[in-house]
Amino acid sequence: MSTIPLDEPSERPFEEAIDFDYSLTRWRTLFNLLLTGLSGLATVVALIPLISVLYMLVSHGLARLTEVSVFTALPPTGKDVGGGFGNALQGTLVMVAVASLLSVPFGILVAVYLAEFGKDSTTASVVRFAAKILTGLPSIIAGVFAFAILVMHTGRSSFAGGVGLAVLMLPTIILTAEEALLQVPRKMREAAYGLGCTHTQVVLRVVLPTAIPNIVTGVMLGVARAAGETAPLLFTAAFSYFWLNKLMQPTASLAVFIYRYSGVPYERQVELAWAASLVLVTLVLTINVLAQLITRRAHAHR
Amino acid sequence: MSETSSSVVESPPRELPPMVYREPTLSERFFDRFFRGLTWGLAWMTVVLVVGMVVLISVDAWPTLRDSGGREFYSVVWDANRNEFGILTHIWGTLYSSLLALLLGGTLGVAVAIFIAEDFLPSKIRLFLKNLIELLAAIPSVIYGLWGIHVVIPALRAGLHYFPSLLADFSGPSMLSASLVLAIMILPTVTALSRDALESVPPRLREGAYGLGATRWETIRKIVLPTACTGILGAIILAFGRALGETMALAMLVGNSTARDNPLSFNPLLPGQTLAALLANNFPEASDPLQVGALMMAALVLLLITLVVNLFGALIIWRASAQFQGLRS
Repeated sequence: MSTIPLDEPSERPFEEAIDFDYSLTRWRTLFNLLLTGLSGLATVVALIPLISVLYMLVSHGLARLTEVSVFTALPPTGKDVGGGFGNALQGTLVMVAVASLLSVPFGILVAVYLAEFGKDSTTASVVRFAAKILTGLPSIIAGVFAFAILVMHTGRSSFAGGVGLAVLMLPTIILTAEEALLQVPRKMREAAYGLGCTHTQVVLRVVLPTAIPNIVTGVMLGVARAAGETAPLLFTAAFSYFWLNKLMQPTASLAVFIYRYSGVPYERQVELAWAASLVLVTLVLTINVLAQLITRRAHAHR
Repeated sequence: MSETSSSVVESPPRELPPMVYREPTLSERFFDRFFRGLTWGLAWMTVVLVVGMVVLISVDAWPTLRDSGGREFYSVVWDANRNEFGILTHIWGTLYSSLLALLLGGTLGVAVAIFIAEDFLPSKIRLFLKNLIELLAAIPSVIYGLWGIHVVIPALRAGLHYFPSLLADFSGPSMLSASLVLAIMILPTVTALSRDALESVPPRLREGAYGLGATRWETIRKIVLPTACTGILGAIILAFGRALGETMALAMLVGNSTARDNPLSFNPLLPGQTLAALLANNFPEASDPLQVGALMMAALVLLLITLVVNLFGALIIWRASAQFQGLRS
């Protein structure tokens, strides 16, 4: 490291060594401005698809939604100009409910182990690793799994679809619930221990009730993700033109409905796909916004 | 020391009020053991789920693989009627479409991340922009597919009118249309993770650069980006992993070429095929055990590729976050 000797004053005064000038005639200032503009442009470009998607959803989907019958009618067949996605909406709700029933209690209990009982154990790190792997799992693989474990033995059903969705929801729930449990202040736990509570009582009566808002947020994010998934349902719940009355039969869902009617040559049926998309996006976004509101309120209360 | 001991002697020994502290009863202890065991068992079930998934898919893929001796991996012909299940085209298409998407979505995503992470705009507007970009991730992929069919492909066709020689090749559903939509779908991932990386650059480094008279972009290019590059690389690799496994938009837009079309082509205007799209298109009708086996094999290949890419990405992100441990005060 060569430094300026302290005893000799520098040949060049400080002001000349660095230039604080902000003049547009200078290359570095211009370059700065140019790059700022470019990155701003990139942001605008990135938002064009979003605006385009939302515009298409509203302009193509809203018209059909004004006919209330789309919510109650069965899917159109052949060249039908009417019809709706009533059974698809029903199927989505049922399968998301099945997936939640399977994955929410499971996920929360796993999170309890990770955050409370086995915090620093080897088991916990292995399980966390497994959950992270599940996060990056391609959604169609969840479908293949449900196909291999259920459909190959019992046939296509909404239950199999629910299992596929549950696999995708599980990591979100485990990881967000663990985070939520860890945020519970230590003092609260210690007070409960001081009264002679068992570890389980501390978890069930103190930690879980305190962490509930944040856990609900995680669950809702998982639900929002599951509601929009198509790939795991394609060959597990498949599709149906009829109402769902048993859990063990093929079932339509909004996502698969959109897939099926996206490429049909009939204008009216494509419009129906857009209408279903608008319903699905509204559903997903509402859940997302609610989840954020819950977190915000929980934080405001602390 | 002496003071405390004297005070202990003077005051009578404090007793806890009755009923505040109570030993857990036997049944409470039993329930405690039971509950701990339950959560432990369920935790291991998660691991069993992951391992079971790989094992189950492998077992179902094995008969086909054994019969053919692995011919699938270098054959480009997928013809279920003749029991030909070559998946080389699909592996190629998966990697190529994801790389194209990464090229576009990655560049754009990092640029957006810089714009949002740096203080170009008031923080309220930046938060708004960040939420808008996150909104992109909330839209289900099947809707991107629908949008691709009805907006991107017509737009591309209109654009290519000015290049008649290219238009002849363009088939509508193609690698290009699929990759464009895929790029948009991975952009939020790239932006969110790169933003994390940029924001974890210690402010001291930035301040030091400004103090030396560097302009904002000199600071970004020479200080911030080199410091955050490990994290950004991790973001890009994780986005790549996401692109590899993306199914619906690709199944709807990639064109699902057969062997007759140019199978292993660099030309993005031609239709292509990916592993995930193959699964989405063929599983619904598959009933023949040999074909199901071949599809299971494709699923296994996809699972292994994404697993390796994701692990690699996670490792890099983990290294990046460990990197600043000492620098933070």
